[in-house]
Amino acid sequence: MIEINPLVIFFASIFTNNMIMSNFLGMCSFIAVSSEIKTSLSLGQAVTFVLATTSVLNYLVYYLILVPLGLEYMRFIVFIIVIAAFVQLVEMIIERYFETLYYSLGIFLPLITVNCAILGVSLFMIIREYDLIQSFMFGLGSGIGWTLAIVAMAGIRKKITGAKIPKGLEGAGITLIITGIMALAFLGFSGIVQIQ
Amino acid sequence: MNEIIRVFKAGIYKDNPVFRQILGICSSLAVTNFLANSFVMGVGLMFVTAFSSLTVSVIRQFTPKHIRMMVQTLIISAYVIILDIFLKAYFPAMSKNLGPYVGLIITNCIIMGRAEAFAQNNKPFISFFDGLIMGLGYTLVLMSVAFVRELLGFGSLFGIQVLGDNWVNWTLMIMPPGAFFMIGIVIWVTSNWFPKEEEKGGAKA
Repeated sequence: MIEINPLVIFFASIFTNNMIMSNFLGMCSFIAVSSEIKTSLSLGQAVTFVLATTSVLNYLVYYLILVPLGLEYMRFIVFIIVIAAFVQLVEMIIERYFETLYYSLGIFLPLITVNCAILGVSLFMIIREYDLIQSFMFGLGSGIGWTLAIVAMAGIRKKITGAKIPKGLEGAGITLIITGIMALAFLGFSGIVQIQ
Repeated sequence: MNEIIRVFKAGIYKDNPVFRQILGICSSLAVTNFLANSFVMGVGLMFVTAFSSLTVSVIRQFTPKHIRMMVQTLIISAYVIILDIFLKAYFPAMSKNLGPYVGLIITNCIIMGRAEAFAQNNKPFISFFDGLIMGLGYTLVLMSVAFVRELLGFGSLFGIQVLGDNWVNWTLMIMPPGAFFMIGIVIWVTSNWFPKEEEKGGAKA
């Protein structure tokens, strides 16, 4: 177990170790969805919620079930099943009790299962040997950091809709170049807090 | 034979997963700072895509339609576990370098995309080949990004110093922004080389 203050992990995973800007995780939905600020924000909230919860769930499953049984190598399958099942459960609960929320988030929930960031956080937390509180803070911070990045990107993409972009760069090309520039800006945070 | 050629063309440039369909770059960009890392990652992905396409295709008649996603995910995870254990046993240093990114192959949209778009409706042999070629197209892009990043960032290729002593390393290239710029440039260059025949939405996962 490494002794890092959970708050340090929280801020580091938002700014210096941002999931998109420094670990390249969650790019698929980042490129596909980030063209509308409102939908990006909804997706970000859903991702944050699922990240914070599944990091705790996967922590418990890994250390209470897999480690005692010596089945650590099964973690990929188990984590992906936990994530898929949890997302399904959340979808059913939201549909039943929070109808308005369901219509704003509904279509994004299945997408979250295949979001690399969710599985990535669970795998990082095992490799870095975080404890329960640290894992929760890591999941929550990563989610907020991801939301920050995708909302900022949606804002920028709205601004460049009328711009003249070279033909070959339209769409994904220009998004990636902008992401590169944003990643440069995020490099400016490095040194404030640092984890690995 | 014709079909094989068609699949080959699609995988390498027509429907190349990275620069044409923008799939699966999440789990790949992080390993492009060294050529050796990307090579291992690419070969690993080829293995997983080919065999999971084969398996999905073999059991496609026995899989109920509504749970096929879950079945596909489990098949992919099983192959990723095999790959992970293999790397840990024979290339422990490489396994440490790649870290969680081996496990993240599961969420690589290319594999799921091929299983869903191709293997689900085609015979086992051609599905296996399709997976292999899609993996190869992916590896080629990954390696070309890694080639530039390692050359400019460390002055070396496959860890061997090629640029002279007075070469100043571009530290930016080995940091995350370098990867974003490079993949953006690759998309730009390739879309000029191979213009789209007709505008279409493409299959996005």
